[in-house]
Amino acid sequence: MLIRLRVNGEWREADVWPGSSLLFALREELGLPGSKNACEQGECGSCTVWLDGELVCSCLVLAAQAHERTVRTVESLSEGDRLHPVQEAFLEAGAVQCGFCTPGLVVAVTDLLERDPSPDELAVREALAGNLCRCTGYAKIVDAVGLAAERRREGAW
Amino acid sequence: MEVLLPRTLEEALAMKASTPEAVPIAGGTDLMVEINFDHARPEILIDLTRVAELASWRLDGDRLFVGAGMTYARLLRELPQMRALAEASRSVGSPQIRNRGTLGGNLGTASPAGDSLPVLAAHDAEVVLISAARGERSVPWDAFLVGVKRTSARPDELILGARWRALGGPQSFSKVGTRNAMVIAVVSLCFALDPEARTARVALGSVAPTVVRAPEAEAFLAAAFEDAGVWDDPGAPVPGGTVEAFAERVVAATRPIDDVRGSAAYRRHAVRVLAQRALRWAVGERATEAMVS
Ligand SMILES: Cc1cc2nc3c(=O)[nH]c(=O)nc-3n(C[C@H](O)[C@H](O)[C@H](O)COP(=O)(O)OP(=O)(O)OC[C@H]3O[C@@H](n4cnc5c(N)ncnc54)[C@H](O)[C@@H]3O)c2cc1C
Ligand code: FES
Ligand code: FES
Repeated sequence: MLIRLRVNGEWREADVWPGSSLLFALREELGLPGSKNACEQGECGSCTVWLDGELVCSCLVLAAQAHERTVRTVESLSEGDRLHPVQEAFLEAGAVQCGFCTPGLVVAVTDLLERDPSPDELAVREALAGNLCRCTGYAKIVDAVGLAAERRREGAW
Repeated sequence: MEVLLPRTLEEALAMKASTPEAVPIAGGTDLMVEINFDHARPEILIDLTRVAELASWRLDGDRLFVGAGMTYARLLRELPQMRALAEASRSVGSPQIRNRGTLGGNLGTASPAGDSLPVLAAHDAEVVLISAARGERSVPWDAFLVGVKRTSARPDELILGARWRALGGPQSFSKVGTRNAMVIAVVSLCFALDPEARTARVALGSVAPTVVRAPEAEAFLAAAFEDAGVWDDPGAPVPGGTVEAFAERVVAATRPIDDVRGSAAYRRHAVRVLAQRALRWAVGERATEAMVS
């Protein structure tokens, strides 16, 4: 079926099998492979995107449900070669190892800090409960959030 | 496979009437897992996320109606005063899951571990079903949840929502799992006092094929409160042993099994602990309120 959705500011069309997920449509039909496919069951968060401004697992959204809606993916964060402050913070804090979880985490952290620029550690851990990382042990991810939060409070974005 | 995208309840009901085999999809947090893993391959899906009539709630005096399309995130934001419902909503999955998962989906899936279900049971909620042919009908929660993942909804019906009387006393939802988030309940418990009707309510998840109440425990506690004058005077001491005796009766209402999430023996133990805690919290809360006022 043909769906039409606004992705990262641009109206796009995709011809998808009706049972396919938004994640599949983004990666395979719309040329946006930043959102990762790991579990396809909502457990890992590596496919996290914004749907009409809300954080969702794109593997659990039917592509057709995004028809005529607005989707924002991790690809929207950087501008050309310039990384988003949250992405910078992940690099600086050493919060990236294999990197598979990173796109989902970067989206979830950006969402958190856009709503709350001063989350305490508990709030950070709770906000990231739906994003699994098998490499870092999370400590450096929490550090990265702290760093990004500082920059947000300084007005970096 | 085909996806229908109704924009109104009327359209959705007409579609369900003409293709009763069509499967509704709301947040997709249960159904998409089935589809992604090829465990389900419905011929026709009806997307309910554009049907505004489902995504609303109303409080009419103390009568609360919650639409099937209300997500956990919205329940938390918009109805925080419904404490047990808010606590249950907060315990569901992750932010991503709470932004999508709905009350209607929890009812539709009818898992014994569905976290909203003990809350509905404790409130004696009615599930409101609707069809194009017969309009609305209300079914008590225990006539709706008839087995593991089985409901009494008819093929041409949609779940409109659930309705119950908001209770004035302390209430809580608690859940035991292997971690603090993203966890399917090993056991869950909703406890509520209704000082107006002088009754106690306790409902349990993951300890039987459906959510269950513990009527003997409830009657025992109501009588114990009566004898000790606790209904009239929230500050009156609750006689020693009441909490433990109540919890034993709650445990007796369960029929747990051994499964991957926990053994029957562990579940009984966990129910005992949750029942004691929930009662102590409620008694403490009423006593504190009595002191303040
Ligand atoms: C990672 C993860 C974590 C989870 N954690 C929890 C948890 O902690 N606690 C918990 O209880 N659940 C949990 N769940 C399960 C799920 O999120 C809930 O059951 C949720 O309430 C389902 O709602 P939904 O809108 O996504 O349902 P959907 O997947 O859209 O639908 C579920 C079922 O309900 C039917 N349905 C939906 N709406 C209607 C309607 N209006 N009328 C008729 N039928 C309808 C559908 O046809 C389908 O059979 C989790 C799921 C995932 C993926
Ligand atoms: S791929 Fe979507 S949550 Fe894991
Ligand atoms: S860096 Fe490898 S999974 Fe997180």
